Amino acid sequence: MENLELQKVANEVRKGIITSVHAAKAGHPGGSLSAAEVFTYLYFEEMDIDPKDPDKADRDRFVLSKGHTAPGLYAALASRGFFPVEDLKTLRKIGSYLQGHPCLQHTPGVDMSSGSLGQGISAAVGMAVSAKMSNESYRVYTLVGDGEIQEGQVWEAAMFAGHWKLDNLVVIVDNNGLQIDGKIDEVCSPYPIDEKFRAFNFHVINVEDGNDFDALRAAFKEAREIKGMPTALVLKTVKGKGVSYMENQAGWHGKAPNDEEYKIAMEELEKAGEALCQK
Amino acid sequence: MPEVKKIATREGYGEMLVELGKEHDNLVVLDADLAAATKTSMFQKEFPERHIDCGIAECNMMGIAAGLAATGKVPFASSFAMFATGRAFEQVRNSIAYPHLNVKIGASHAGISVGEDGASHQCNEDIALMRIIPGMTIINPSDYIEAKAAVRAAYEIDGPVYLRFGRLAVPVINDKPGYKFELGKGIILKEGTDVTIVATGLCVASALEAAEKLEADGISAEVINIHTIKPLDTEIIVNSAKKTGKVVTAEEHTVVGGLGSAVCDCLCEHAPVPVCKIGIYDVFGESGPALGLLVKYGLDGQGVYEKVKSFVK
Repeated sequence: MENLELQKVANEVRKGIITSVHAAKAGHPGGSLSAAEVFTYLYFEEMDIDPKDPDKADRDRFVLSKGHTAPGLYAALASRGFFPVEDLKTLRKIGSYLQGHPCLQHTPGVDMSSGSLGQGISAAVGMAVSAKMSNESYRVYTLVGDGEIQEGQVWEAAMFAGHWKLDNLVVIVDNNGLQIDGKIDEVCSPYPIDEKFRAFNFHVINVEDGNDFDALRAAFKEAREIKGMPTALVLKTVKGKGVSYMENQAGWHGKAPNDEEYKIAMEELEKAGEALCQK
Repeated sequence: MPEVKKIATREGYGEMLVELGKEHDNLVVLDADLAAATKTSMFQKEFPERHIDCGIAECNMMGIAAGLAATGKVPFASSFAMFATGRAFEQVRNSIAYPHLNVKIGASHAGISVGEDGASHQCNEDIALMRIIPGMTIINPSDYIEAKAAVRAAYEIDGPVYLRFGRLAVPVINDKPGYKFELGKGIILKEGTDVTIVATGLCVASALEAAEKLEADGISAEVINIHTIKPLDTEIIVNSAKKTGKVVTAEEHTVVGGLGSAVCDCLCEHAPVPVCKIGIYDVFGESGPALGLLVKYGLDGQGVYEKVKSFVK
């Protein structure tokens, strides 16, 4: 898919995020928006998946380790055709298959339940080692937050992945720089992120603009070519990207827009969409 | 008294994993640097390509197991009960049980019979911790033979299972013709009319010994072996309670949240009768020879006998 098309999809994903979180009156827009491009790239370009057969055995797997950004994942899955976009409005509602955090059993296209930070990456590593054990060719991707890597389990998983030389695994770090309590380097700095993963025997790719499709394309291509070690992509992103008043604001980590804010956000995204159509 | 054969239940775990490994290519064994102690080293030797040592990182091991199960393998994640259910509790809950993944947790060194290592390693809380997780099956075999049967049964069902094994060599009591392990079904080992002793794990042998002594005192005790603590065989317990009118539970575990609590939960609803719980009374363990500790904490045959006798009086 051309970058322009991907940009259009990412804009739709952003609309899905805002719509679902507004309808739920709760949820996590900031970290969903920062990852809109990577969700889009994974589901529309990188991964071998089939929305008509979400459980096919040899599909690539994705584990959203930073599970609170489920609105971003759901919007991408819906845009890709795993379930109706209209259903995004049921997010977090009683009886909905779109739980506040991803649920393996209920949602088509979701490969692992997650949300308790630090745990998803271990499951992803387990899937990758599983493929190696039975000589299967699928690849495994997992998205972790830059705040999430404060969890010790992330590094247990990284040590294991490096030891097992899991070159079918890509750990993506959404480095938007903010967590609930503020800037990650003021709360409890995980920096340098790249050197840490390198020390755990990962091939590390720093992506200066993780909201840019050219940069993502180059990084994922490089990851595919790496043999004998897992890859970590450290994506520099903007939290709240695409909605002016949410950008780089820790306060929008886990808060829903009110009706007025929703209107402003959707107008901005509509405009962005129109601009893309005129390109 | 004739010499009884004694084997640790963890030996049964190790041996049955090898047997099942020969039958099923999808069986994978995980360890956290305790393969020798959990007896999974037997499997490791036989099937090195299907054994994963995760190093000393139990939380990650549970997540790895979840990932393996999500991709069609049947992982047996092995560690000491303390670390499998204590340290990794939340991983078991959120990464394994919530998605209802087909992970088997094989935990050795449960209970006070760990012995000399002391309280830090004597897990008397594991059954309680696993009981409160929705959809978790819990099996606590009474001897080596039952341990082997339990491991096979765990493989055969789909979903998470917690298997509890001990370090100490314990009497082999199920080497009888007609012994049959049915998941979720208790076994009446001795019929009686005055009191019911519902026991699990190594306390089953203690209960049998106690029942013999009680018989000599003219007290007829019914002994029920509950190997599957969840789902609990409520029918066998309720029927026996209605018959005898008095129930004693015996377990090598805290009396908070374990078999005793499960039996009380069941009886208060279906057959309220007086219950006496034998177990660890809200204290940490301590270092010492395992058999000595079982005596000190009243979990051996004599201890069970004395407690039942004073309860029935």
